[in-house]
Amino acid sequence: MLSYSIKRVLMLIPVLLGMTLIVFAIIHAIPGNPALTILGTKATPEAIQNLNRSLGLDQPWYIQYFTYLKHILSGDLGTSIQTNTPIANQIWPHLAATIELSFVAMIIAVVVGINAGIISAWKKNSVLDYTAMIVALIGVSMPIFWLGLLEQWAFSVKLNWLPSIGRMDIISNVQPITNLYLIDTLLEGQLDQFWMVLRHLILPSIALATIPTAIIARMTRSSMLEVLKSDYIRTAKAKGQRMFWIVYKYALKNAFIPILTVIGLQTGLLLGGAILTETIFGWPGIGLYIYNAIQYRDYPVIQSGILVIAFIFVMVNFIVDLLYGLIDPRIKYR
Amino acid sequence: MNQSILEVKGLKTSFFTDDGEVPAVDGVDFSVGEGEILGIVGESGCGKSVTSLSIMGLLPSPPGKIVGGSISFKGEDISHAKESRMRKLRGNDIAMIFQEPMTSLNPVFTIGDQLMEAIRLHNRLPKKELAARAAELLKMVGLPRAKELLKEYPHELSGGMRQRVMIAMAMSCNPKVLIADEPTTALDVTIQAQILDLMLKLNRETHTAIILITHDLGVVAQVCKRVVVMYAGKVVEEGDVKDIFNHPKHPYTEGLIRSIPDLHSKKDKLYTIKGSVPRPGSIEKGCLFAPRCEYVMDKCRTDSPELVGDSHKSRCFLHQVQE
Repeated sequence: MLSYSIKRVLMLIPVLLGMTLIVFAIIHAIPGNPALTILGTKATPEAIQNLNRSLGLDQPWYIQYFTYLKHILSGDLGTSIQTNTPIANQIWPHLAATIELSFVAMIIAVVVGINAGIISAWKKNSVLDYTAMIVALIGVSMPIFWLGLLEQWAFSVKLNWLPSIGRMDIISNVQPITNLYLIDTLLEGQLDQFWMVLRHLILPSIALATIPTAIIARMTRSSMLEVLKSDYIRTAKAKGQRMFWIVYKYALKNAFIPILTVIGLQTGLLLGGAILTETIFGWPGIGLYIYNAIQYRDYPVIQSGILVIAFIFVMVNFIVDLLYGLIDPRIKYR
Repeated sequence: MNQSILEVKGLKTSFFTDDGEVPAVDGVDFSVGEGEILGIVGESGCGKSVTSLSIMGLLPSPPGKIVGGSISFKGEDISHAKESRMRKLRGNDIAMIFQEPMTSLNPVFTIGDQLMEAIRLHNRLPKKELAARAAELLKMVGLPRAKELLKEYPHELSGGMRQRVMIAMAMSCNPKVLIADEPTTALDVTIQAQILDLMLKLNRETHTAIILITHDLGVVAQVCKRVVVMYAGKVVEEGDVKDIFNHPKHPYTEGLIRSIPDLHSKKDKLYTIKGSVPRPGSIEKGCLFAPRCEYVMDKCRTDSPELVGDSHKSRCFLHQVQE
């Protein structure tokens, strides 16, 4: 397990380097001269040249790339054009909002999706199976913004059960410590505030969870169907084991590799900021942050945002890879 | 013969497919005495495995279903027993080992997990005793370094070792009957002999009755005292191994014996029984073996012979005419 983990960590380095190179290239591919943008159209050629020199833009691209890399490694993500403040300080609160939302959404997706898939496979071709798979199909096909609006209309406007937008009530006063409000409210011992934050999470996380739930359910079903046919399941039955344990312990662990892959990919996608969900529910996450930056042409923010999202995606998949080794003992040897 | 512990009477098992009912096992009778080793022989598709899965209550259902007859274990009919009752019997009173040792163990749990689970399902023991008992079982089936093996995964073991683990698992609760469905088919010849020796040894020591299902008459000759020959879902001959080898009554049995390759024979071509086992239910009238039989008579194509005889029974008109 240790050598597998070390190997996997070493493999991470070229991936991360490639990632920074691509983000760097994207920004360079955008037409337009930064100095011209900063100084305005009436700037003299000398002024532009001077600014280019002071910004390091007269250097060859590889020198610029290494300077960029050096800044990233020292935690400097640049300065926002819009607010003129360091991006590194701004990005975490937004990222935390997205992490909190994605985490709750993924818990819903994993619990509901895996159970629906298992029951479908276990009771194959039954009414339960058909119902679960039809619901999953609808879940995959339903546009998120439509579902989000429906939820708001039903549960906020008509029934008035749950808040429709934001991370918390306007008059509430949650002191950000980690910026993960569920944790912050608990750290401060404010249970009523915790409940308030949780209520804000319910509608957006359900909207965000629909597609992953449906995908996980379908993957679980097909993977479980395959495993339930295998010889070792028959062996377990021949031992006198209960079907419930055969399904949930024996079969699920074997069926889990493809399910974990899907969970990892979906988590990565959600953490990348679900712009639609965040916009509809006024959720101040990384998706909304980048969306605003795009509207203001705030290139440094866009660049750093993409970098952070790509980094999270790589890290989630790295964790998934490590988990493979824990689930299936044969993987270390491959 | 000792008192019979498992008795199968008129067992009929069918598969209900889109093309209608397919009778895979069609009126099979046999019984196993305490501590006896019974061989069940036949070609692929003759209903041997379906018979054993019917006994275990492990038929894939749907489409498989027992439609007639009885299976009595110690006098109790278990052919339609509740699942909860079957769970208590399985692994505890009737255990089974399978043809594919490579895939019959769960790849993501250790040998110890799987072995201890088999014990724990039928005996409440503290964890320490479970581990001790598991190690003891591994030693019993002739596996060295039992303690370390408990922590290993199936993929770290060879096929022969895995089959030994399967046997250890099957023997974990001292079953009265062990059903071995082609236990040596997937193994090398040398390993085959070792596994058969092991089963003989366990039979002597624990007095567990064994039903050995195989297509290999050589295996039967080595291990069994009594043998049942099956063809197309029916028993066609039953009797003492020596009688059957020396004086086979049914042309199918005779064909099977003649098909065993002989090293001393100088013939270029090996003997085969022409044709293949008919699809269950495809022959509606007469003896099921008639289309492949060398001695076929007119009667065979119209009437179905019964299984007759005392200690050496056969289902063939040839012998019924003589008697």
